[in-house]
Amino acid sequence: MEHIISVTVENKFGVLSRVAGLFSGRGFNIESLSVAPTLDPSMSQMTIVTSGDERIVEQIVKQLNKLIDIIKVVDLSENEFVSRETALIKVHTRMEDRAEALRIVDIFRANIIDSTPGTYTIEVTGDPKKIEAIINLLQPLGIKELTRTGRVAVAREPIRTAAAQPKKIARE
Amino acid sequence: MKLTGSEIFIECLKKEGVKTIFALPGGVVLKIFDMLHQQKDVQVILTRHEQGAGHMAEGYAKATGKAGVCLVTSGPGMTNVITALADAYMDSVPLVCFSGQVPTSLIGNDAFQEADNVGLSRPCTKYNFLVKDVNDLAATIKEAFYIATTGRPGPVLVDIPKDVSMAKAEFVYPNSVSIRGYNPTYDGNKWQIKQAAEAIMKAKKPILYVGGGVVFSGAAQELLELAEMTQIPVDMTLMGLGAFPGEHPLSLGMMGMHGTYQANMAVHYSDLVIAVGARFDDRVTGKVSEFCPYAKIIHIDIDPTSIRKNINVDIPIVGDCKAVLRELNQILRATVNGEQKTLRKPWWDQIREWQTAHPLTYQQDADGPIKPQEVVKRLYELTKDRDPIVATDVGQHQMWAAQYFKLAKPNRWLTSGGLGTMGFGFPAAMGAQAAFPGRLVLCIAGDGSVQMNMQEMATAVVSKLPVKIIILNNRFHGMVRQWQDLFYEGRYASSYLDTTPDFVKLAEAYGAVGLRAKKVADLDAVLKEAIAVNGPVIVDVPTHPYENCYPMIPAGGCNHEMILEDPPELKKKMAGTPQVTPEDKDTILTA
Repeated sequence: MEHIISVTVENKFGVLSRVAGLFSGRGFNIESLSVAPTLDPSMSQMTIVTSGDERIVEQIVKQLNKLIDIIKVVDLSENEFVSRETALIKVHTRMEDRAEALRIVDIFRANIIDSTPGTYTIEVTGDPKKIEAIINLLQPLGIKELTRTGRVAVAREPIRTAAAQPKKIARE
Repeated sequence: MKLTGSEIFIECLKKEGVKTIFALPGGVVLKIFDMLHQQKDVQVILTRHEQGAGHMAEGYAKATGKAGVCLVTSGPGMTNVITALADAYMDSVPLVCFSGQVPTSLIGNDAFQEADNVGLSRPCTKYNFLVKDVNDLAATIKEAFYIATTGRPGPVLVDIPKDVSMAKAEFVYPNSVSIRGYNPTYDGNKWQIKQAAEAIMKAKKPILYVGGGVVFSGAAQELLELAEMTQIPVDMTLMGLGAFPGEHPLSLGMMGMHGTYQANMAVHYSDLVIAVGARFDDRVTGKVSEFCPYAKIIHIDIDPTSIRKNINVDIPIVGDCKAVLRELNQILRATVNGEQKTLRKPWWDQIREWQTAHPLTYQQDADGPIKPQEVVKRLYELTKDRDPIVATDVGQHQMWAAQYFKLAKPNRWLTSGGLGTMGFGFPAAMGAQAAFPGRLVLCIAGDGSVQMNMQEMATAVVSKLPVKIIILNNRFHGMVRQWQDLFYEGRYASSYLDTTPDFVKLAEAYGAVGLRAKKVADLDAVLKEAIAVNGPVIVDVPTHPYENCYPMIPAGGCNHEMILEDPPELKKKMAGTPQVTPEDKDTILTA
């Protein structure tokens, strides 16, 4: 089963290779991995998409926790979460195709971020299914280049009814 | 006052209480060696190979329980010490290895003797550092010792570029360390411990399965109390030997691939396995799906990744063995009612039955070739009163040492378990001897493995480390030959070593003493003579070339299905005084 693991790490050199080395050394899968700094410049946030049965994923989480440069590990798949991925797609557009390309961009609420007489570069964000779908539709036009970010994800906040809401505590 | 990086290095070692380091110089660490030369607080033992330095530091650590320290140069120095780091990582040995590195300005330029030390050692260290600024050096060394010795211990590498060892900085040694991503759990979950105590009280056929974690956490006393209070039999892993007294009536000896019959049967038929500081290695579990099929499992370990890695566990307890056993004993003390002996009687009757049915056995003819087991047994009888430290290499001799040399206390057993590093024993013994100059340190070795670090004999002679090496010389890579006998139809591909070198002459060439026992009748006298020598000794004991080590669980086999003796076709080879026939020698060698 697919799992999305959110990992907070020290923003130091070599941390990415420690994580990558852990996955390759122990034979775990990485489907995608994205990493970028957080609000606190001493930390970075990784989102790892992986797969395996319950025991393997438990080991992945434990082994990640064991790495000294890793501060926090959350398996988002245990609860509700939202995830997004961005793709940049450069498509060939002959004169007669340009209107079709615009229609597809419109349907998927994507953007054209660069345009030349022969190409459009399209930016699309969504869950992986949406990205697959737009790629399928654009393929007949001729995709020249395609690059995807891999997924980022965040846990959903639990919805509380008014009665269950905790009292606001004044900050000192 | 400002100090150079090299001086800071030495000051840090002093603050950590390091008295001895094992080292070999080279271009980029010359400044550090130059400073070491000008002080007296830290003793430097110059080894002949960096692998030797690493294993000596391991032996030092295993015997003392403190971090062992080694220092090597960049490039080949680093690659040579990798085996020792990997060994220490598998066996959880606290080790701090310092490596030299080319100057920071040259890193990445393929400079002379440059290697990516941090990259090379990443998969075989608990953590590693590259110090880029001399101002970070002291704090980094403090962290290195902290990480190596806390939690589940392990090796840590500190890579010091040449310019950092020469640059100056103010020396400030931090008093404490705080690493936000590293907080080992020492106290076990109280509720879980209570569950464990209840399971122990309910169990009819419980067994303790103890590993090296008990030795490193210093929990031998707590383990003894638990076992005696509850009358639970104790199985030890190879790494756990010494954690529980080998001669104690509750001890069933070693378990696993070459464990005793009763130890393996007891774990297979038990209804409760209490694993303490052990990690369910495949050499212990055999076939995982059929490992102790009737038992509930309690697993106490400081490393959460060890739990549920190979085996499903019913009551996991993450924590330090000592702290958890202490808590467990406290609960049990209040519940145990003195009827444990009667309660456990049927279980013990069964175990005694197994014990008498298939004890460890071998046949020594008075005028036949010497059996390796006999050598270990005689050595044990002759030295047990002196509380010796025993090191081994890896192979048949290691298993016989584990079976027949019964250790009374922890930190006396230096062996390479996880990585199975041939050539480990002799340097490890030297490391222990450096820590305890007055103690008797023995190294039981095979003729194959001892040659893998033979060069360190020069270190032993020059640095006056009077280790006694007893070579069980069967002219074979014995364990390889045993597998070839049992699983490869007796084709001895590259396992025959012939009778070279002459170990007595080799010892003499190094300036050590060489002795040989040719007959069983000579054994005691020769061993006594060796022990009496005030210096390193090699005792060469030519043994039966075809003796195999039993019991044996074939790899991937089930724990209660042990091979207990040679199959009939192999028994023929055992008769009389066998000579190795030309057919048994490697076809490539003899062609």
